[in-house]
Amino acid sequence: MPNTMPKIRKNIAISESGFVFDPLSGESYSLNPLGLEIIHLIKNGQTYEELSEVLLAKYEVDQETLDRYFYDFIATLKQFNLLEVETDA
Amino acid sequence: MEKLPFERPTIQKISAGIPSKHGISRKLEPLSHIDGLSIKSLIDDYGSPLFILSESSIRKTYKEAYRAFSSRYPNVQFAWSYKTNYLNAVCNVFHQEGAWAEVVSGFEYDKAAANGVSGESIIFNGPDKSKEDLRKAIQNSSLIHIDHFDELYEIIHLSREVEERPKVAIRINMDVGVYPKWDRFGFNFENGEAWDALNRIKASKNLDLIGLHTHIGTYMMTTEAYKIAASKLAQLAVSLEKKHGHVIQYIDMGGGFASKNTLRGAYYPGTDTTPSFDDFAEAITSALMSSEIKPDHLPMLILETGRALIDDAGYLAGTVLANKRLSDGRRATIIDTGVNLLFTAFWYEHDIRPIEPISDQMEDTTIYGPLCMNIDVIRGNVMFPLLKKGDHYVVRRVGAYNTTQWMQFINLRPQIVMLDMKGKAHLVRKGETLDTINSQEITPEHLQNFNL
Repeated sequence: MPNTMPKIRKNIAISESGFVFDPLSGESYSLNPLGLEIIHLIKNGQTYEELSEVLLAKYEVDQETLDRYFYDFIATLKQFNLLEVETDA
Repeated sequence: MEKLPFERPTIQKISAGIPSKHGISRKLEPLSHIDGLSIKSLIDDYGSPLFILSESSIRKTYKEAYRAFSSRYPNVQFAWSYKTNYLNAVCNVFHQEGAWAEVVSGFEYDKAAANGVSGESIIFNGPDKSKEDLRKAIQNSSLIHIDHFDELYEIIHLSREVEERPKVAIRINMDVGVYPKWDRFGFNFENGEAWDALNRIKASKNLDLIGLHTHIGTYMMTTEAYKIAASKLAQLAVSLEKKHGHVIQYIDMGGGFASKNTLRGAYYPGTDTTPSFDDFAEAITSALMSSEIKPDHLPMLILETGRALIDDAGYLAGTVLANKRLSDGRRATIIDTGVNLLFTAFWYEHDIRPIEPISDQMEDTTIYGPLCMNIDVIRGNVMFPLLKKGDHYVVRRVGAYNTTQWMQFINLRPQIVMLDMKGKAHLVRKGETLDTINSQEITPEHLQNFNL
């Protein structure tokens, strides 16, 4: 479980259809429906427990698989610099 | 309430490049069955990874190639190139279809003989023929294709010791307008060396000069080169008849026809660019038919094509070991086939795909083999669906060279099955075990024990 949920950078624009625009880099991205759903859940300030509860109830998936893909997804968001930079201070 | 199917979350960068006008499909269709047999069941029965050969595919391809040439030329003979794939089961399918054997070493010669190929149906090529190999080939009336003058003199010498007259041809290299020019095998046409060799054979009196052979290169994507090569061999045949009144029995055009694999770095897929058997046949036969050779002296046309006859019939199926992310965020998938088994991964952008529908989502992926070696890359970057650990993949068109050039390295070499004409699987080569390897080793007495 992540200790703290990652935060999506505030100035990232996300459309209802899953189109993502980063005004800082000028890059655009496309989310699939579950990617979009997870981003909405993160933006709503849900904890990981709450997020997994919602998704496990809705989709044909077990906790282990969900964990794995969630982390992979977050790693990709981080790679694309779409997350707030965590500071230890 | 019924749950929805789970599709992993993804985010993909939208690249605003120039769209390809060719619009190559990005969807990778899974391949679940070969000749009606499920790949999954084969892996369950014979292990992973597993080479799978299709007998019906071999026979179909052979018939197609034979028809292309025999419908254009009166006298055509194929000779199966042993080095391309010398599994006995594979060789015997070709021999059943009527192909002779084409070998390039004493080992391959013995393999063909052990398969039951008669001496006069074995073509002996290559620069490596020992004196004993040559003696055996002469005694069995095999067709010896001479590579260099040292070999020619060895045969002339042997001809005085052996009762049978050696049946010989010379291998001829030449400029056919392609790069790289293959001039390390045989005698050169342009500088007159080939003509010189032919005259020396005629002067020896003890040798039967029966043919002319060339092999212009490998993975030839142009048919024009074969046309030039056939014309040059025809010129030599005409000169021989003019000067010595000698009519040769065959012209051997070698092999080198490309298969439908895509070469690394190629812009278009091999399936779109590789010439067909009809294209190669048209180039070669038209050059021979329109040459100065008298119509009733037209020699037999021998072809030693290997790769193009067997590549399509071979598959390599296996299992995903793991997924990971590289430092730049790209996905890496590790599979249980390394470059030690799939040697051709150095040359081709291999067609690799899942055996079951996984997801329509594709991701830029590097596919690594299992070896603890940096060079073990099966595909550098490929749009690939996300296979999970334990999912299965299949690599297509691996029939040529892989099971002859493969290495026992880090892992053992796996089983090979052949699916017969009814789709029934037969084990044609057993997987190696630790015993296979250790049985070849001898540990000296003083090195057999240690205390740690």
